[in-house]
Amino acid sequence: MQRYIVVRFLQSILALWVMSLIVFCLARVTGNPLDVLLPMEAGPEEYERIAKHWGLDKPWFIPQDWSQPFDTQYATFMGKALRGDFGNSLKWQGYTAMNLVLQRLPATLELAGIALAISVVLALPIGVLSAALKDTAFDNGGKLIALLGQSLPSFWLAIMLMWIFAVILGWLPTSGRGGLTHMILPAISLGWFQVAALMRLVRSAMLDVLDSEFVKLARVKGLAEWKVVWKHCLRNAAIAPLTYFSITAGVLLTGSVVIESVFAWPGTGLLAVDAVRARDFQVVQAIVIVFAAVFILTNLLVDILYAYLDPRIRYQ
Amino acid sequence: MAKALTQSLPRFTVVKVVRAVAQARRFPGLSLSILLFLLVIPGLFAPYIAPHDPLKGSLTARLKPPVWVNGGSISYPLGTDKVGRDIFSRIIHGSRVSLVVSLVAIVLSGAIGTTLGLIAGYFGGKLDALIMRLVDISLGLPVILLALVFVAAIGPSFGTVITVTSVLLWSRYARQVRGETLSIRERDFIARARVAGASHLRIMFRYILPNVVNSLIVLATLQVGFVILLESSLSFLGAGIPRPTPAWGLMVADGRELIVVAWWVSMFPGLAIMLTVLSLNMFGDWLRDHLDPKLRNV
Repeated sequence: MQRYIVVRFLQSILALWVMSLIVFCLARVTGNPLDVLLPMEAGPEEYERIAKHWGLDKPWFIPQDWSQPFDTQYATFMGKALRGDFGNSLKWQGYTAMNLVLQRLPATLELAGIALAISVVLALPIGVLSAALKDTAFDNGGKLIALLGQSLPSFWLAIMLMWIFAVILGWLPTSGRGGLTHMILPAISLGWFQVAALMRLVRSAMLDVLDSEFVKLARVKGLAEWKVVWKHCLRNAAIAPLTYFSITAGVLLTGSVVIESVFAWPGTGLLAVDAVRARDFQVVQAIVIVFAAVFILTNLLVDILYAYLDPRIRYQ
Repeated sequence: MAKALTQSLPRFTVVKVVRAVAQARRFPGLSLSILLFLLVIPGLFAPYIAPHDPLKGSLTARLKPPVWVNGGSISYPLGTDKVGRDIFSRIIHGSRVSLVVSLVAIVLSGAIGTTLGLIAGYFGGKLDALIMRLVDISLGLPVILLALVFVAAIGPSFGTVITVTSVLLWSRYARQVRGETLSIRERDFIARARVAGASHLRIMFRYILPNVVNSLIVLATLQVGFVILLESSLSFLGAGIPRPTPAWGLMVADGRELIVVAWWVSMFPGLAIMLTVLSLNMFGDWLRDHLDPKLRNV
């Protein structure tokens, strides 16, 4: 168990490091990083200041003088990145990139949390019933939902929901952040894909369990069918969909980029899109690293939780 | 009697539709024809089919509704956008973008992933460990964010979209091919080929590769839909295909701020994406059940 956690932890660190390496190289491979880091109208003294701040006159990875092995661009970048310093934003004057990201993060997490709750509340019962009522109209309907979930582009679903519920019916606000009503449409559009994916997993896990010996025994014993399904089976089937939560974190975070820009939800996703449009590379860098960290940490937590719940993994 | 019949009608229709969809999973005739008429034919022959130029608008025909709505005209069957471009023609030209992007990305990532998967499975050892680590990392990268970094550094373009999708997708092929290579490697005919003096390269590509082609085809089909969704999401965010190319995701984005006055601008390109991806998924499922039942749990 400990070994497993350590290995997974090291893997997470590695993935995060690769992400930072990509960010580091992309800004440099594509030409002078100063062109990316500075606005078009910057003067020569501005160039010099930033070049010095980021050590851009130094070599990339291999130091010129081995007595000072950290005198490289990469070491400077990593040193600052580890302290959360990605420079100042170009578009939002007076803010550091990291400040902006942390300021917007709660809104994104709030939306993702509600979307997750919606998807669990919907997917669990539909998946269980689909499996229990296999090959009935209900099950076919469930399969249809699953298929649609994989195929509907979330940004389009969001716009159509907005059109129906905000424009035509006028029940909900079109965009922005406010009370609970502002959250309904974005959360549903964000959670929709999850409902489908989670439902499919619950269904197939339930089908496996329904087929097993102890369920037959429970039935032979004369237990009520609802008790067999909802108590004995669900408890055993619930473990498999848990692995999916590691993917969920990533889907919700990247999904937030799309959904937030549709609903003008002032979270990190919207910030990312605005920053890309303004070519504010500092902010993009910071967002990518923070998102990757959140994503990788959730993955790690889910893996550990999973190992804790499923002894087969723990003792491997 | 008549009353009872009309009352039972809606429910009956719903059940019928659901059953038809369930049946379509058995033979994908419907999804294949949707693919043919929505993706392949328009993709290949767009300039000959489209009634209007997809890039040139007409100022007198801005925001015309579709033909069946009041004020619509037959020359713009699905209406026009805010600069008066015909949406129908743009959707037809948009299939070309989706077709090209998905095919290039699939072939590129398939070639890279298959080669690396063969190498990892065939040679094993440290090389295998290294490649599988890369696979793990690549599966763990947040795609859309990676794309945003690329776009912030390079700017949106065809090449960016294809690079980003390939960087993401190769790992799935690699994992699949490696797994199968591991078991094929142990079979007798491989040992005999080795005794006969075949080189490693020849064994990998002449003897192992043909045995994994089935699952590669299934995987590729299921990936096409995913690539189309990814490309349209990126384009929607302004991080994919640059304007004014008629890409479906871009067209949906154009309609976002017009949703109060002109729902058709977003509606139809989105429907095109949905139907295409839906059919690809159904066709892929069918293909998997017939070519490669092993993959059923992928």
